Amino acid sequence: MKKAAQRMYFGKALAALASRSDIVVLDADLGGSTRTSDFEKVAKERFIQIGIAEQNMIGVAAGLAASGKTVFASTFAVFASGRCWEQIRQAVAYPKLNVKIVATHCGISVGGDGASHQALEDIAIMRALPNMTVISPADANEAYAATMAIADHKGPCYMRMGRADFPLITPEDTKFEIGKATVLKEGNDVTLIGTGQMVTLCLEAAETLSEKGISAEVINISTIKPIDTDGIIRSVLRTGCAVTAEEHSIIGGLGSAVSECLSDNIPIPLERVGTKDTFGESGDPNELMKKYGLTTENIIKASERVISRKGNR
Amino acid sequence: MNALDVDDIGRMADRIRIHVIEMTSEAGSGHPGGSLSSAELFAALYFHVLKHDPKDPEWSGRDRFVLSKGHVAPGLYAALAEAGYFPKEELLTLRKLGSRLQGHPVKGKLPGIEMSTGSLGQGLSMSCGLALAAKMDKKDARIYCLLGDGELQSGQNWEAMMLASHYELNNLTIFVDRNHLQIMGNTENTLSIDPLAAKLKAFGFDTVTIDGHNVKKIIKACKKASSSRHPTAIILNTIKGKGVSFMENNAEFHGRSCKPDEKEKALSELRSRL
Repeated sequence: MKKAAQRMYFGKALAALASRSDIVVLDADLGGSTRTSDFEKVAKERFIQIGIAEQNMIGVAAGLAASGKTVFASTFAVFASGRCWEQIRQAVAYPKLNVKIVATHCGISVGGDGASHQALEDIAIMRALPNMTVISPADANEAYAATMAIADHKGPCYMRMGRADFPLITPEDTKFEIGKATVLKEGNDVTLIGTGQMVTLCLEAAETLSEKGISAEVINISTIKPIDTDGIIRSVLRTGCAVTAEEHSIIGGLGSAVSECLSDNIPIPLERVGTKDTFGESGDPNELMKKYGLTTENIIKASERVISRKGNR
Repeated sequence: MNALDVDDIGRMADRIRIHVIEMTSEAGSGHPGGSLSSAELFAALYFHVLKHDPKDPEWSGRDRFVLSKGHVAPGLYAALAEAGYFPKEELLTLRKLGSRLQGHPVKGKLPGIEMSTGSLGQGLSMSCGLALAAKMDKKDARIYCLLGDGELQSGQNWEAMMLASHYELNNLTIFVDRNHLQIMGNTENTLSIDPLAAKLKAFGFDTVTIDGHNVKKIIKACKKASSSRHPTAIILNTIKGKGVSFMENNAEFHGRSCKPDEKEKALSELRSRL
């Protein structure tokens, strides 16, 4: 399957958006990696280099947005969410300003840089903010479409993307509707709910499960907040159990968001695949995914476990 | 907005002070000390310096004022009400449930509030964003930002100053309310910020130190800033609690309002100044 990095397509989308005079892009000295440099090439006058000063970047973004600009502020996910969380809360989320915080290098697949650069908590802390929309596209095509969608959306957004090349599982002309989950494969025995590159692993798991005679439905949750409650309920009403999969801590992330949705509406057995209250470390991305349990095998095991729990209520 | 003359602005500052005492006493909490030290600045800005229209708060050509030290919101609210942004009667709703006058300023809640502040150290970054946008849009609007002296202990301010001078934001003027007091006492004992003027100069600001209770000097310094090639910093030497004998230079009144007997004494002192 063809692969591509989400950040490369984010850069392409920004360059395409440069024709819109309200778009301003801010960088904290990582534009080559986050690909905001693609925007700088075509709209230098609306690209602002902030330097290594993420807290200031958010305040500057708020001032620009209060002047009518649609602002993209980008850096690595650890810094974009953590270093300036309270600035985002005060300056962006509270006054509902039109700032898009687009974070690359999320999750453990960052690899060699190690735990200091592997954001495994960003979904948790960003979705806790009132007024904040949280986006986590499954592949590069969706990252492109999501960039276009958040540029049209009025209000604060946080979008997380990976560093590495991920398989392209959605079509090139994929549409992106904020708040809408997509069913990628239908099934009846278990609902696999993934976000980011873990959606790909959910699809792989569903194939293996099917060989074992288990029919798994696969849902891509690319908007974590507001979560598509109706879409999730529709699926689990049929399957009666679910597994979540995320490249993020199981504390506060997709697994938690789905747990909240299920316990509020239709309590059914749920298993969560994600990192287990731990920091990452340096290593090859594939080895790290395996060591920290972010594998197709774990999704399969979780599916078998959760199906066996269905009758025990 | 018709500008007042210097004497009237001085009297306006004392009217703002009276409102501050009444508002914070009615609320039973709030930050009167710093509101009193900034009264001349608020009066000078809203009745002389700023290009603004209280009848059209969102006028696109307006200058912008950001209150980075958001806890002195009572002083700002009083100035806005006196300028005609909203009815003066509303001032006494400060900090009450359902009021537009939140404990710290909230953008979109009350006409005239440009940014949501109150978490210290952020207003200057926001002001830089406003200044960059004005330059991008080729507007001649000016951006003003008031910072507390204790607030400068927060590092984000210095990130913002680096940016302001790097991008030559000469449409930006910052004021530092140098009253030397923060919650725990003297700034120089808490975490010293001196030599302040030298630091601001080193960060690329045209820097001037004036008597922050002298309206004429505030207006003159603002005028000079508007023709500078660099961002300007105006250090306002002020007295926390200015205008009320027992509140002056008293850190206790940073974050507490007057008790009933104190309120009457404060109001009578202030009224005698009018």
